[in-house]
Amino acid sequence: MTVQELPGAAAYRPTPPPAWRPRTDPAPLLPDPEPHRVLGTGAELDRALMLKLYAELVRGRRFNAQATALTKQGRLAVYPSSTGQEACEVAAALALEERDWLFPSYRDTLAAVARGLDPVQALTLLRGDWHTGYDPREHRIAPLCTPLATQLPHAVGLAHAARLKGDDVVALALVGDGGTSEGDFHEALNFAAVWQAPVVFLVQNNGFAISVPLAKQTAAPSLAHKAVGYGMPGRLVDGNDAPAVHQVLSEAVARARRGGGPTLIEAVTYRMEAHTNADDATRYRGSAEVDAWRDHDPIRILEGELTARGILDEDGIRAAAEAAETMAAALRDQMNADPVLDPMDLFAEVYAEKNGQLREQAAQLRAELEAEAR
Amino acid sequence: MATATDKKPATMAQALQRAMRDAMAEDPTVHVLGEDVGTLGGVFRVTDGLAKEFGEDRCTDTPLAEAGILGTAVGMAMYGLRPVVEMQFDAFAYPAFEQLISHVAKMRNRTRGAMAMPIVVRVPYGGGIGGVEHHSDSSEAYYMATPGLQVVTPATVEDAYGLLRAAIASDDPVVFLEPKRLYWSKSDWSPEAPAAVEPIGKAVVRRSGRSATLITYGPSVPVCMEAAEAAREEGWDLEVVDLRSLVPFDDETVCASVRRTGRAVVVHESAGFGGPGGEMAARITERCFHHLEAPVLRVAGFDIPYPPPMLEKHHLPGVDRVLDAVARLQWEAEH
Repeated sequence: MTVQELPGAAAYRPTPPPAWRPRTDPAPLLPDPEPHRVLGTGAELDRALMLKLYAELVRGRRFNAQATALTKQGRLAVYPSSTGQEACEVAAALALEERDWLFPSYRDTLAAVARGLDPVQALTLLRGDWHTGYDPREHRIAPLCTPLATQLPHAVGLAHAARLKGDDVVALALVGDGGTSEGDFHEALNFAAVWQAPVVFLVQNNGFAISVPLAKQTAAPSLAHKAVGYGMPGRLVDGNDAPAVHQVLSEAVARARRGGGPTLIEAVTYRMEAHTNADDATRYRGSAEVDAWRDHDPIRILEGELTARGILDEDGIRAAAEAAETMAAALRDQMNADPVLDPMDLFAEVYAEKNGQLREQAAQLRAELEAEAR
Repeated sequence: MATATDKKPATMAQALQRAMRDAMAEDPTVHVLGEDVGTLGGVFRVTDGLAKEFGEDRCTDTPLAEAGILGTAVGMAMYGLRPVVEMQFDAFAYPAFEQLISHVAKMRNRTRGAMAMPIVVRVPYGGGIGGVEHHSDSSEAYYMATPGLQVVTPATVEDAYGLLRAAIASDDPVVFLEPKRLYWSKSDWSPEAPAAVEPIGKAVVRRSGRSATLITYGPSVPVCMEAAEAAREEGWDLEVVDLRSLVPFDDETVCASVRRTGRAVVVHESAGFGGPGGEMAARITERCFHHLEAPVLRVAGFDIPYPPPMLEKHHLPGVDRVLDAVARLQWEAEH
């Protein structure tokens, strides 16, 4: 089956039309003039979804705190915290169907965990006992990606391949504000739009690329505006308003699934912690700015609205906190056990079969290990 | 019914096209993508007719962005396809370097074997076609230095078909270097009865000899064959080993030859300093030291940026430079 025969294929255009003309009306692609919000607008709220979002946000905050604590105990090599960004992380996980794919960056461990990945497997990279601790195909979560924005073309290619096969699979790719300056961001968005691939790009604009603020990163009116140049719609959303992020993501995912092509979403949020435990944020930003964002904390604003509207009560808050503590205690216990390492694994999966020099080097290492053991 | 008698002159470019065509016909997961590979059939016409026969979903003209081409190929491979990517020229493959090094080469390893990358990256490489700047690089050393990649380069029409079929069938990524000045080289070859698929990692002795071994690959193989013919006048009977695969490296075939002849010259267009020949000379010396009558010599491109076309003949290792190196193999020790 070719893509032209697929449902919704009219909009799917693997090759450009013969006579290209400039698009005369880019207005439908322009992002929201203000970040889209749900909380505080009086919009109708889906009770079950709200309680799920709340529970996952609380669990996510606790996960971030526990992972940061584990770096101090030497149980994690490094942890880039998503504290303050839990609304984006959780909404990304919940907006996807089981068959969809998530393409996380190194700061998105929480999105993978919220998607159901075992926390220890998710933290393998940052613990340092291997690079990827899970089978990406089993969980439909690509490896946590460290080289910035390089996972975005992967998401496009996977979504394109799924479409060619006739599967209604959507890929959601996560990237930060700094990542939007990378060439791979540009190339991925361009390929996605030309192929009308079922992919959604979520930019978590957390204000900083390590120390460099957004003003030094781009002169664009907003990161969402970049969508217009590629011919895809841009959306701007309050990244700390979990129901809003979930709504915008769900709409974009549904649009991609029905053959409507890619969407670029900018979620405006804030990285409450330093870049990683190894970074000192006081060198590049003041506490007043951080404090101002505390008032717009994703858990605080969701909890406030849900309690005011009678969706959440004291018991619900306590239950969420207790579930988070249980998760943290289990994670602590698991991470306090030393991982079992086999140095011979270094040679196991470089190729399907070891070549001559890998056989020699594996033999050398084995001999060294045997000598040590004596 | 096709028989061996149907053999007609075919070019390397045609054999490569046929390899992709046969692979695409056999396996619906094989997809070709790159710049100008569809309607045009590639700037060297190596993908000629594939889009017409298999549709543009299988042979796709991409936007002009090499990182995007290889990056999307990674995603396609993650979903179970076998992408064959064309980089238009050697030096135009460099934007894709990060995708190749950080993802294509490492994916099997970082996922503990859960996700292999059966991707072929076809790269026309090397000089001698009068190309202007950025069209004649020999970039193999960069790829050879990257664990996780296989690096393959044919020198004959038959091998072009067999090695590309093997590369597409491989579950691990292959950088498939096509010597562009041999694209139009011909051989009596029948696409109906193609040569057997050559396994990756096997060198072949192109010419047997007793005096010394020329170790070479890709565009330098015909140069060495010509040098070996010319050397007969000097009384040297040279053996020529065509490596075909730089990674994995066939130590066995190379060392067996050097142990027989006792002398070796490595010949390639790539720069000598930090180039493939240094690794090969070291491997030969480590394994065959007591069989060597002379140091292993290298004949390589100079350590300069690739020259403008009107000067490239001074840069490319030619027959005379190979023979000069052979003359320096301490023959006086024989007497």
